[in-house]
Amino acid sequence: MTRTMGIAGLVAIVLAAGAAGAETLAPGNVVINDMVVETSLTGTPGDPAAGAVKAVDRKLGNCLACHAFSKMSSELFHGNVGPSLDGAGDRWTPEQLRAIVVNSKGVFGDQTIMPGFYTLDVGIDVDPKFEGKTILSAQDVEDVVAFLSTLKE
Amino acid sequence: MDIRKLGLAAALGLTAGMAFGPAQSDPVDDTLVIDGETEITTRAKAVEGVPFDEVISGWHYRTDETREVEADSFANPGMLYVERGEEIWNTVDGAAGKSCASCHDNAAESMRGVGAEYPKWNAAAGKPYNLELFINDHRVEKMQAEPYKFDAADQKALVTFVKHQSFGMPVKVDLEAGDMKAWWEQGKERYYTRTGQLNMSCATCHEDNNGNYIRADHLSQGNVNGFPTYRLKQSNMVSLHNRFRGCIRDTRATYPAAFSDDLMALEVYVTWRGTGLSVETPAVRQ
Repeated sequence: MTRTMGIAGLVAIVLAAGAAGAETLAPGNVVINDMVVETSLTGTPGDPAAGAVKAVDRKLGNCLACHAFSKMSSELFHGNVGPSLDGAGDRWTPEQLRAIVVNSKGVFGDQTIMPGFYTLDVGIDVDPKFEGKTILSAQDVEDVVAFLSTLKE
Repeated sequence: MDIRKLGLAAALGLTAGMAFGPAQSDPVDDTLVIDGETEITTRAKAVEGVPFDEVISGWHYRTDETREVEADSFANPGMLYVERGEEIWNTVDGAAGKSCASCHDNAAESMRGVGAEYPKWNAAAGKPYNLELFINDHRVEKMQAEPYKFDAADQKALVTFVKHQSFGMPVKVDLEAGDMKAWWEQGKERYYTRTGQLNMSCATCHEDNNGNYIRADHLSQGNVNGFPTYRLKQSNMVSLHNRFRGCIRDTRATYPAAFSDDLMALEVYVTWRGTGLSVETPAVRQ
């Protein structure tokens, strides 16, 4: 246990160093206020190219499950449960996009089908594989938000 | 706009639809007639309490090819399970030396309409029973045979066969019997309970978003009148509780045991929602 903790601590230090000393916000400490999350979750600017990959990855963002966007037209089978993401960067500010990705229920209300990607306020009976975990990491969120911000018409 | 331009626009629309979005979102306007003879009720006025005007079979949400396979009993792979079920019906098993037919004779007569009324209150057990539970009780008590394990191939085949004897008859669950109303309430609560890391309930997809696509999957109202159902994706018959568990698992949640009180309650509630639709077993889905 001590060794495990030691490794975990070391990883945390390395991660923190990687984030240039900035502190990553834990899911429970992210505040959605008036449809926005004002500050970066990590302090490290999002990478739009990495965000595009994470947005499409079925085990991460899996955005195409519900949203179409023409920039990804090489990918098959875009869903239409949510609106097209074309122009999302025109319609929303990065701070609003961050809030929507973190937990859209804090923006659109409880009834939305959209999962919260950086929240632990989730459904019952969570599979132990995912218990206490968020769908995306804090940096994943920043990368996806950076990518979505590029979707302008 | 002249016809040629219309044609071009349609072609472009089709290409775009295929490339990055579904072409259309509504249930298909079509009529299910099996082998050109038997018309199946795939749309029915919803009973009071169901939050739709009309309940619609999942058949309307499938592709042209899938709908055609179901309409042709020779092409429908589920019919092989009906045939296998008939063999089981007539085969002696267990220490009592009996088959189903020993007591129930000709299933076409004795089982006609039975499957359409399941799940059904079972006074002796003090809970609703589905066909799987009913068959297992009879295997143990009357035949002195082993009960089927959940989703054993023979269980699926026999249930499919028995349910098929009600083919075309309207689904009708008796909520007045025993404590069925309380089970219905429990099932309703479960239906609206969000589960898993993805935080979704049955209603999230099948009530709020039916007609929309998640990837290539056209969300239906989630009616269960076609179960057990032949699923092309799995090349196999899929039981209702298997499907319940699959849906719950996909929300990244743990799922209840087959035939647990949770899932029996859900079966009561969800089956009731499809009241009036024909029994379609074996339906064919994606």
